[in-house]
Amino acid sequence: MTLSAGGDAIQELTLEELRNKVGTGMEIEDAEEHMLLSMGPQHPSTHGVLRLLVELDGETVVNLAPDIGFLHTGIEKNMEAKTFTKALVMTDRMDYLSPMSNNLGYILAVEKLLGVEATPRAQAIRVILTEMQRVASHLVWLGTSALDLAAMSVFLYCFREREYILDVFEMVAGHRMMVSYFRPGGLWRDVPEEFETAVRQFLDFMPAKIADYEALLKNNPIFLGRAKGVGVISAEDAISWGLTGGSLRGSGVNYDVRKANPYSGYEQYDFDVPLETDGDVYARYRVRMEEMRQSLRIIEQALNKLPDGPIQIDNRKIVPPPRAELGRSMEAVIHHFKLWTEGFNAPEGFVYQAIESPRGEFGVYLRGNGGSKPARVHFRAPSYVNLAALPKLSKNLFVADVVAIIGSIDIVLGEIDR
Amino acid sequence: MNPDEVIVSEIEKAFPEAIEEVSEFRGERTLYIRKADLKSVCQFLRDQQSLQYNFLTDICADDMLPEFPRFAVNYQLYSIPRNHRIRLRVRVEDPEDGPETVGSIWAIGTWLEMEVWDLMGVRFKGNTSLRRLFLPEDWQGFPLRKDYPLGYEEVQFSFNFDEINAKKPHATKD
Amino acid sequence: MGVEQKLGNLGVVTYRLEDLVNWGRTNAMWPILFGLACCAIEMMGSQAASYDASRFGMELNRPSPRQSDLMIVAGRVTRKMAPVVRRLYDQMPEPKWVIAMGDCASCGGVFNNYAIVQGVDEIIPVDVYVGGCPPRPEALLDGIMSLHEKIRNEKLGDWA
Repeated sequence: MTLSAGGDAIQELTLEELRNKVGTGMEIEDAEEHMLLSMGPQHPSTHGVLRLLVELDGETVVNLAPDIGFLHTGIEKNMEAKTFTKALVMTDRMDYLSPMSNNLGYILAVEKLLGVEATPRAQAIRVILTEMQRVASHLVWLGTSALDLAAMSVFLYCFREREYILDVFEMVAGHRMMVSYFRPGGLWRDVPEEFETAVRQFLDFMPAKIADYEALLKNNPIFLGRAKGVGVISAEDAISWGLTGGSLRGSGVNYDVRKANPYSGYEQYDFDVPLETDGDVYARYRVRMEEMRQSLRIIEQALNKLPDGPIQIDNRKIVPPPRAELGRSMEAVIHHFKLWTEGFNAPEGFVYQAIESPRGEFGVYLRGNGGSKPARVHFRAPSYVNLAALPKLSKNLFVADVVAIIGSIDIVLGEIDR
Repeated sequence: MNPDEVIVSEIEKAFPEAIEEVSEFRGERTLYIRKADLKSVCQFLRDQQSLQYNFLTDICADDMLPEFPRFAVNYQLYSIPRNHRIRLRVRVEDPEDGPETVGSIWAIGTWLEMEVWDLMGVRFKGNTSLRRLFLPEDWQGFPLRKDYPLGYEEVQFSFNFDEINAKKPHATKD
Repeated sequence: MGVEQKLGNLGVVTYRLEDLVNWGRTNAMWPILFGLACCAIEMMGSQAASYDASRFGMELNRPSPRQSDLMIVAGRVTRKMAPVVRRLYDQMPEPKWVIAMGDCASCGGVFNNYAIVQGVDEIIPVDVYVGGCPPRPEALLDGIMSLHEKIRNEKLGDWA
């Protein structure tokens, strides 16, 4: 039996080859009657261009192999050809549901490599914006995974609130999605005056909206039937499979980078790490819903004690001079010219910086070679790692459950393929 | 004794020859491990009660061209109970003769090694799933190596529009 | 003044078939449910509550290419994805149209490298290009209306 599901680049596979492709230590059952099913890459519920090769016994999943790379963009390679500042725009387009988190991870890695730290005001604004991004990302996750489970209205509500967050981003950064707002040494510019009012308004209406979404799903028998007890993974397995974020905490492992290795001043804020012990789709759903509430708490605290002061460090070798200085100072012109043509030089050495992105631990390995371009950038993409557990999670379940599980591990293909 | 020193002394006790070098940069400790010892050191780090590095965060390969040995593979380990990170770094001379797979120690190892193989071409001994993952099956070469070109296409401007347009493939209705 | 006065007692109205067909084509244009990358999120945004693409008769996204007549290429097309895109396009029945949404689909965008096809027009013919990285939902709607404009001016003879 062979399977052909696309053009020239999609190779035909036999059952044996599929089993080799899985290759993740799952035992193979002998069966003549098994059927091969190719889900994707154009499939409504795979959250992007993911292709799944599924071996079925009747409707039960026996084997599953993710076929990825349909969105492989060469971001890591492309960043090596750009200066540290210019490479930033690439990170936005990686996990396109949380550009702020990607920016933050990369910028923190650059700052660590340079040995500088952003000003307190810049750090607080970064925290506010990344937490808003977390809410926005979880809203897309909630909307699309509920849509997969046939709950259409949740999607419409979620996108309505997400638009508000994007409006705030547009207010501060000038772009709805691809913000590139965090820069080495601080921020691109200060937030506008209306920022605080806008965020306070968001904090006012959001808790009621989250309660609304929960009301739509919490007592919905279809949703509960498809989420409870589906895709269970134990705490031990979750650690061994490297799951992070909501997928790990849904299994009861208390690991959140914001608590374990605080960055950007997260240690100042008081928040809980939501934990569930069941490890199923429903537990992961509960964890993420609670995370949204905790994010609101963090935003409120950060906003209440938002310090005044500069938004950038005053190291002119890293941060470009303000526009007004260019007319007065020759030195400023030189710095401006140097920074925008050649960029700053980073020392030789390598660093690893982890942050908690909405999907889990987002890590950046960055090596400098003394020049103005990164010698190697590598991203520890949480979606990529979480996807690896999919064959294990969906073993012996129905095809329809696979859809629910993909939704619950919250993957973004842009980040998986990079 | 701080956790960084604990791990070095523990490894040295168990595997006297394993650590080639210890370096520190920006507060991050890197242990250069001899390639042959990597797997046993990993097993030791995970199982030893006083260490418990139960979480393999990342595997990432680095092309150090023009240095020699040319390749280096990083293992980012994290211990959830002890909240401590450590990086193991293995120097690889010949990418076809890479370190042993850690897939049997941490389940995620196999999957992470597949990415390294696809983009950097470092072959892990004992990993049978190494195949083209991100790139089409018939792809030649390993894009993240320094000697692999970025594959830049010339940008069309008004002065060279016609010249480039003539060379571009154009799609038709059928 | 309604259509009744125009019709009089006859109950018959004469009109060019071409206009009627084109009107039908523009007002029930079903896009294929096909998102590639970042732009797909904005495409979803344009169909959600705030922008509501159903005002233009396209609230229905078809998961199957055989039921759809518009392909919105929303995102970067990689070398691995390109054959799939072409195959999906070939499976769509005539008449069909293509919108290249965003810079990556139009010309490769910021990704000028080994993995990305520099413009989806290298593999499928494109009717409307929408610029932006990613374009705002308004920009996509503008692109859709430009396409409607284009279709309204089409001649039936060209299809024959």
